[in-house]
Amino acid sequence: MARLNVNPTRMELSKLKKKLQSARRGHKLLKDKRDELMRQFMILIKENRQLRSEVEKAIGESNRYMAVAGSVMQREVLETALMLPKQEVELEVSEKNVMSVYIPVFSPKYRTDDTNDIYSYGTAFTSIDLDGAVSSLSEVFPKMIRLAEIEKACQLMADEIEKTRRRVNALEHIMIPDYEETIKYITMKLSENERSTTTSLMKVKDMVLKQSHDFN
Amino acid sequence: MSEPYKTAVIGDTASVSGFAALGLSVFRETEPERISKLINRLAANNFAVIYITEPAAALVGDTIKKYRSSPLPSIVLIPAIEGNTGDGMRALHEAVEKAVGSDILN
Repeated sequence: MARLNVNPTRMELSKLKKKLQSARRGHKLLKDKRDELMRQFMILIKENRQLRSEVEKAIGESNRYMAVAGSVMQREVLETALMLPKQEVELEVSEKNVMSVYIPVFSPKYRTDDTNDIYSYGTAFTSIDLDGAVSSLSEVFPKMIRLAEIEKACQLMADEIEKTRRRVNALEHIMIPDYEETIKYITMKLSENERSTTTSLMKVKDMVLKQSHDFN
Repeated sequence: MSEPYKTAVIGDTASVSGFAALGLSVFRETEPERISKLINRLAANNFAVIYITEPAAALVGDTIKKYRSSPLPSIVLIPAIEGNTGDGMRALHEAVEKAVGSDILN
């Protein structure tokens, strides 16, 4: 622990005492923030994990359909079938504030409400597996949007937790002990000065008294 | 709200074609430099969510890391047609490790 490099004066002492007080308050607040962030993070991460495995499973399923469709249809036909989509998705993005971490919230807006508009092709020349691939993707799409949202939230919160933890540790293990030690040093130094003044005063008084005795 | 935000999918042709039917913007790219440029361009052009296949993401790890701490876009790994590599789950574990100090999942 290092003592801060300050002059041992009353002025510095009162300044340091104020600093120590606000450091302690800041430490308490940041600690609370870290705990709450952590709690929220754990909830999110659980949902994230569940969602990710669901989405991965569904996309895997769609990919299997797609692989089959790709093998029974010519590639060009497959490409042409998907070339001009009828459906279009736009996202509306708003913000949510979780313990001063701004996380995005997505709400999808579809161009048409008709659920069959995901099929942008006629069924005559395409394999049924393509339908399967597209429909399983469209089923999982809301989950994918939620996954994007929650994954971003987890990343941002992980960053914030790390930052807050560092601040808490810096306050707890460096700043507060340093302040305490410096305050102690200044107090000691001041009382030492006081004692030395008292003794020298006593000494002078003695000398003065002795002198006045000699004169009499 | 200004312009509406869009959603993109990046990856090899076979893995991402299906998403075109849902109305997402599909980009068929497999070259590292082109993917990385594409991500930068999409991020600057109102794309809020970018889905990228795991093999494609593995090529441009640095670019993806760059956007990890900014609120938008959200880059999400999805399995490619060859199967699930587990990279997406791994990123989740990394986030936990960063926040908690050790990987407490499992």
